[in-house]
Formats: sequence, C-alpha cells, structure tokens
Amino acid sequence: MSLDTKPYDADALLDQQVTAGQFQAAGQWTMVWSRFRRHKLALVSLAVVGFIYFIALFAEFLAPYDPGKFDPRYTFVPPQGIGLFVDDGQGGSRFQPHVTGYKIELNPVSFRREFTIDPETIIPIGLFVEGQPYKLWGLFGMNRHLIGPIDQSQPFFLAGGDRLGRDLLSRTIHGTRISMSIGLVGVGLSLVLGMILGGISGYRGGMVDRIIQRVIEFIRSVPTIPLWLGLAAAMPKDWPPLQVYFSILVILSLIGWTEIARVVRGRFLSLRNEDFVISARLDGVSEFRLIMRHMMPSLYSHLIAAITLAIPNMILAETALSFLGLGLQPPIVSWGVLLQDTQNLRAITQAPWLFIPGICVVIAVLALNFLGDGVRDAADPYGK
Amino acid sequence: MTGKPILKVRNLSVDFPMRRAVLHAVKDISFDLMPGETLCVVGESGSGKSVTARAILQLVAKPGSITQGEIVLAGGEDDVDIVKLGSSGPAIRQIRGRRIAMIFQEPMTSLSPVHTIGHQIVETILLHEQVSKDEARKRAIALLDRVRIPNPEQALDRYSFEFSGGMRQRAMIAMALSCNPEVLIADEPTTALDVTTQAEILSLIKELQRDRGMAVLFITHDMGVVAQIADRVMVMFRGEKVEEANVFDLFANPQKAYTKALLGSVLKLETPAPRPPRPAAEVPVAAIDNLALHFPLNPGFMGKPVTYLKAIDGISLTINEGETVGVVGESGSGKTTLGRTLLRVYTPTGGTVNYRRGDGTLVDIASLRKSGLQSLYGEVRMIFQDPHSSLNPRMTVYQIISEPLRTNTRMSEAQMRDRVEELLTRVGLPADGADRYPHAFSGGQRQRISIARAIAVRPRLIVADEPTSALDVSLRHQVLDLMRDLQTEFGLSYLFISHDISVIRYFCDRVAVMKSGKIVEIGDVAQICERPVHDYTKTLISAVPRPDPRLRADAPA
Repeated sequence: MSLDTKPYDADALLDQQVTAGQFQAAGQWTMVWSRFRRHKLALVSLAVVGFIYFIALFAEFLAPYDPGKFDPRYTFVPPQGIGLFVDDGQGGSRFQPHVTGYKIELNPVSFRREFTIDPETIIPIGLFVEGQPYKLWGLFGMNRHLIGPIDQSQPFFLAGGDRLGRDLLSRTIHGTRISMSIGLVGVGLSLVLGMILGGISGYRGGMVDRIIQRVIEFIRSVPTIPLWLGLAAAMPKDWPPLQVYFSILVILSLIGWTEIARVVRGRFLSLRNEDFVISARLDGVSEFRLIMRHMMPSLYSHLIAAITLAIPNMILAETALSFLGLGLQPPIVSWGVLLQDTQNLRAITQAPWLFIPGICVVIAVLALNFLGDGVRDAADPYGK
Repeated sequence: MTGKPILKVRNLSVDFPMRRAVLHAVKDISFDLMPGETLCVVGESGSGKSVTARAILQLVAKPGSITQGEIVLAGGEDDVDIVKLGSSGPAIRQIRGRRIAMIFQEPMTSLSPVHTIGHQIVETILLHEQVSKDEARKRAIALLDRVRIPNPEQALDRYSFEFSGGMRQRAMIAMALSCNPEVLIADEPTTALDVTTQAEILSLIKELQRDRGMAVLFITHDMGVVAQIADRVMVMFRGEKVEEANVFDLFANPQKAYTKALLGSVLKLETPAPRPPRPAAEVPVAAIDNLALHFPLNPGFMGKPVTYLKAIDGISLTINEGETVGVVGESGSGKTTLGRTLLRVYTPTGGTVNYRRGDGTLVDIASLRKSGLQSLYGEVRMIFQDPHSSLNPRMTVYQIISEPLRTNTRMSEAQMRDRVEELLTRVGLPADGADRYPHAFSGGQRQRISIARAIAVRPRLIVADEPTSALDVSLRHQVLDLMRDLQTEFGLSYLFISHDISVIRYFCDRVAVMKSGKIVEIGDVAQICERPVHDYTKTLISAVPRPDPRLRADAPA
C-alpha cells in the first residue's frame, strides 16, 4: 500500500470534530431555556406566576387600603365598576375615571341594608393617589397607592366589601403576600431538610438509606389533613400572629420535605456511579466538596422543578388549614383566612364576590403546576 | 458486476436544522447497489453513513429531512422512488421489512422486551404475507434454525433479554429475513458485540447473502470488517462521498487523501510501535497478588450468601516501572473491574496489591485505609473510557484539571492556572481552552483533557480503561502516541485495559488475557499476538478482523 503522497492532515480531522462539537456547544442554561420555551403553557404560567409574585412584593402600594381598615357603613357592599367618562352637564362628556357611589336602602322584610349602585354619585378616582400612609417592606414610609379615590372619605370597593366593610381587593392583595410567601418559605425549609436527608440517603446508601426511606414512607402514609389539624390545634391560641405564621410553616415543611428528599436521593444514587464523580473521587476530592461541587450542580435544574411543584401544595395546605380556622389567625390576612368568610350561606347568596380569593388560589396553583411541569421537562438538557 | 442495480441513490441530501444553522448530514450522495453484492459504507462518527442508511427506509429522525435526490428501488415491473413515498403510509410500509430490511447496532433496543422472539417474527411475517398463523410459526422456526440459534422451537417462546448479545443479533437477522427482502441494510450490526461473536455474525450474514442473492448495504466504521466482507466500499466524510471502489483496489491503491489517512491510521495500529528494550532488572511498581472481588449474589435472609459473582477471581500480575501492561478480554471478563479495584473504587474481598511509592516504601493498596489512599491519589491515576461521561459537563476545563492539584498539592490559584495551561499545551490543546466547558471539545480533545488531568500531579502508575474505544480510529494512535511520549517523559507505568487487540499490540509491552475474572494467559505482546498458547487466546486473536482484504478466501491471486 502506498502512503507516499502527503497524508491527510491529522489536525484537519480534529478540526472537523471541533466544528461538530460546536453545534451543541450551547451552555446548560441556554439549552434548558430553549427546551422550556417550547412548552407554551409553561411560558404563559411563568408570566402569571411572575405577576402574582410582583403583586405580593408591592402589596402595600398596589392595594388601595390597609387590609385592616373597616367602615361599618359599607358591610357587604357589592363591587363597583370603573367608568372613564362623566357627563359634563353641557351634553358632552369629559375624561374622568370614576366609580359610582351607593344608595343604601333598608329592606323592610329582612331588615337588612341593601346597596344599589347610584349612578348619580360620581366618585373621582386616580392613579398614584395619596391615601393611608404605610411602610413599604417595613422600611420606606410612603402614602401613595396605585389606585384609589381622590377623596379618601368616599367609598371605593372594586372587589366589594366583607362583613366588616373592609375592602376585599386590598385584603386579597395583602393575602397574596402571605399565601405566596408561605409557599416559598415553606418550600425553602423543606428544601433544606430534603436536600440534607435525601443527599445523605442517596450518597451513603446502606442502613442509613433504609432508615431514612422508611421514615419518609411513614410520614407520607399519615393522612395529612388530620395530622395538620392535630398539630395546628396543639398551638396555643394566645401566640402572636407572627409566631403562628412560622409554626404553620414548620408544620407544612415537616411533611413537604419528603418529596424533595426522594428527588435528591434518586439523583444521588444515579450520580454516585457516574464516571465524572468516580474520577473526582480518584482526584482525592473530599466528600463534602465532592457533593457540593461535583454532584449538586447536576441537581439544580431538577431541584428547581421539584420546588416549583411543591409550592402549590404548600399554598393549598395553608389555604385548607386557614379555611378551617386552624391555620393563620386574623389579623394576618391570607387567601385561606379570607375564605373563612365564605363558610356561611349568606355569603353565597348575597356576596359571591367573597370567593375572589378562592379564584386567586386556583389561578396561582394551576400556574405553578404548569410552570413546574415545563421546568421538569426542560430540566435535564443532557437527557432525552 | 453487471446488470441493473437493485437500489439506485442519486444526489441524496439530508439536512438537520439546528438552533442557528443547518447541519448537512448527507450532501449530494449517489451510489448504486447491485443485486447480490455487499457495499460497505465506511466513515468516522458524524460522517453521515447511518443517516444515509436510514434515509433509504425513510427513517430519518426528526427534525431531519431528505431535501433532495432520489432513491430508486428496482422492482419487477416498476421502479419506485422511495423519496416520493413519504415517511408514512401503506406504500413505504410495503417496502420496509418486505423488500428492504434493516438490522441495527443495538439488538437489545430494537427487540421488544415484552414480547417473545417468536411473537415478533410471526407478527412480521403475518403483517406482510397472507399466511396462516401455523404456517408463519413454522417459517419462524426455520428462520431461527437458519441463523443457527440452537433449539429453535424453544427459542421461539423466549424473550429477548434471555438471549446473549450475539443471539439477539441473530434473532434480529432472522426477523429481517422473514420476508425474503431483496436488500438488507446493516447499520453497524456488530459494533456492540465481542470480537468472537462479531466473527460469527459476519460469516452468517455473508452466508445468507450468498444463499439468497440479497444485496447488503453494510454500515461500519471498522476497516477490518470492511476488508473481510465488502465487495465494494464507499468512504464517507462529513456527509460527502469521498471515494467508491472495489475493496481490493481501495486497500491497495486509495485515491483520495482522506482515504489514505484513514487507512494509514488503521494500518499504523497493525504494527507495534517501536519500544525501548526492557531493562534487565525490572523494578516492580505494583505487584498484584491473588486479588479477588466477589459480589454476593443471593444474600439470604439473615444468612450467609450462598453464591458469589466472581468479578475478579485470584488475579496475580506485576507492573514494572516504565512498563505498559495490557489487559485484554471480552465484555464481562472483569478487566474494567480489575482496573477499578486496583484504585479501590471497589474494595477487594481478597488478595494484596503491593505498591512501591515514589520514596521506595511499600504499601498494600488493597487494605489501605481512607487516609492512606488520600496520599496515593496523586500518584496512581485513572483515564476513563468515555471522555463524555468522565468530564463533569458543568465544570470548566480549568476546574476539572485543577481538581487533583487542589487536593494533592498546596499550589496557589495562580500557580494552578499556570500549571493547567502548561498541561493543556503539553497534551496538544490550546491553553486558552481552559475556561471552556468540555462540550466545546471533540471526543479526541476531551480524552486529551482526561490525560492532562491524569498527569496533573506527579503520576507514577496510570490505569487506562479503554482510553481509545470511544474514539474514531484516526484519533486512536494520536492519543496512544501522546500517552507513549508522556511515559518516556515521566517514567510512567500503565495498566492498559482494552478489548481491542490491535491497540494492545501497538501500545503494550506485556499483555494479560482475561476470561471470567481469571487470567488465562500472560506474556510478551508479540508472543501473545503471534503465537498464542491458550485456546481462548487463539480464538480471540483469530476472530479479530484484519484490515487486509488479501487475507480473504476469495481474494484474487
């Protein structure tokens, strides 16, 4: 065989492979994102979830009133509609955002006050109006609200009022903060527990693994609602609301960690025998560094998916507990607390707007679930 | 060969749209396949050979698509252009399986594990032909008998996972032949098999082809296989056809530079590289004595396990300073486990490994505690088979190579930086690649990164576990030559594990042949390869396809 002519350049062969490699040279997160984008429902959900957390973040500013502000004159007032133009008295109209006032009549049969919309009373409203002073995030003293009546003494109930004449819109917005943060912080706690216990379980294996897995199975086999009820009932009634809030968080996380622990354990079991983990071990890397630097980064995307799917469970659990009156207590406002008002027949017949927080729960939980699904599908860019 | 080609491919192009660019997997390929001949399509990974084969059956995976060209299948009365048939519908299904059959690389994944072998073959027959169930079953038995599966009647009712890899591939072939296809497309059918099984399957395909006058389109990357079975060869490179010729002409007189380079790199591995003579007095680095690793198979309840899987069963082997000891064996022989046990990835259940450290002290790796092992990790290193899985995809090359420096030396960040760049240059990679992630590199380059990691600290013994098997043949000798250079430079010893005799012959001083956890023969590499003593070694050596068609029985004088 003659090989006397100039051989094919070996470097050219290498180059060819490099260019082939560059076709897939996108970073991990770019790949995750491009996969995620294909999931349209998840993309919409991402926007919805982002919007909800935005509301939670700026609750004081976005809500027209403080959640505790009440006005006995306006119990169970129906929602007002926003009008944009008013009659200027000369046959024309001018631009003036407004809501209309109420006419109060006493029903002679039921002896209840009934509200009807009075189109004659114009209540001018505006954006960035001065209203009740508040401290944003407890830090910055402010008194501007996104929307509100220009004359603060006038009634302004975009989502109606409750049995004490409190503005439901303001309360729902403030409730968003509590409900959504319970989800987030609760999952944060479960994450710490789940990562540590799941990590040990998966990395160590053997007896430790068996014990932790049996504990997880035991916890998961206990019916959750009675367990929560029991734990919540054991809480002294005279605890301050903040302490109750944190206790509820701990109760929810005590069960929530099991799911995350399983995800982490499963990934650790499969990662433990990956070549790159063994090679790191043979580099003499310490166990702690091996877990934190070599194994954990492969888990991030899976964890994000697990977290996103765990948050709605937390929100639902908190709502259920609070609805039953065993979770958060007034004056803390959460969606569950607000839904307590819907427990009687009168609410259903006379004030259906009290269900608005319930709609918020449904939207938030659905959006988070869809988002979680999308993230889970996109999570492993190196998988199939 | 004269006459009308059974399959005529003209100007075939297949494109895969990527995120930003379009990958032209197959560019303007034309070839003919004559009845009764074997056309080998050969090329390295990414050359488009598999895509070409799949395009013929309209099986191109999404998002890829055939963008131009025609594939004409000559029929009794009419010629059919397969491209026009589309990828679904009754017309193409009439061709798939019935007129053109295909066998794949991995028989485990192409056979359904939930149906019996017989069920799958009978189904194929019933699908394409109007025969009764009993008749189909009889034909299935005849087919299994034809592909030399013992006890075909019983084998029919077994599941694919009850078969070995070679048996599965036979069953797959039986299934492909069930409707007497005119064309058989074999996509790397022996790549996943051991050499001895490969030899059996190759001769079976050859024989069946002769009997039935089938045309075979055989896709492979192995020049040895090509030399054994091809009538004609088509060489592909980056989606293009480089050269097409008669197999004897191609090997004797390649026309294109790429073909020459490809053949050159194959033939280079055929002759051992020149090695310095061994010193008269050998200094052993590691003396493995009666090493054993037994896994309990059925741990009884509260009782002692009754049977053991003897992954390594009493291995004794000495590796001398500056020497390369090869370990060769088929899959399941325990060679990889041996390498890993040596490094205590697995803790052995018996035996000793006496390792002489750099300062002359002896330690027994097999019984060393964790703290003792820690100090060895800089000296005894490992190179893994698959450079894709052994480099953490989430770490940069700098982080990967600096990891052993971080744990075994007291270098500062700046010193490590310099050392990593020095190492990258040493293994023939650009120093500025340090901040890139492994996926930006090709397979061969990644293996160089693995080597850089292995030599980062002061290595004395490197366990190389099939370091070239995942690489294309043109890159193998480059990596081996690099390892050889490093050996002279650092006075390294290698334990070189491979299933590939040619690589062993090229690279090693001595070689141990392993079978079922035991060493059956050990000796000088030339002696083992030329004059093997043990029967198993003889079978192994003779089964390796040599890249020289002149050794064939039907070679022209």
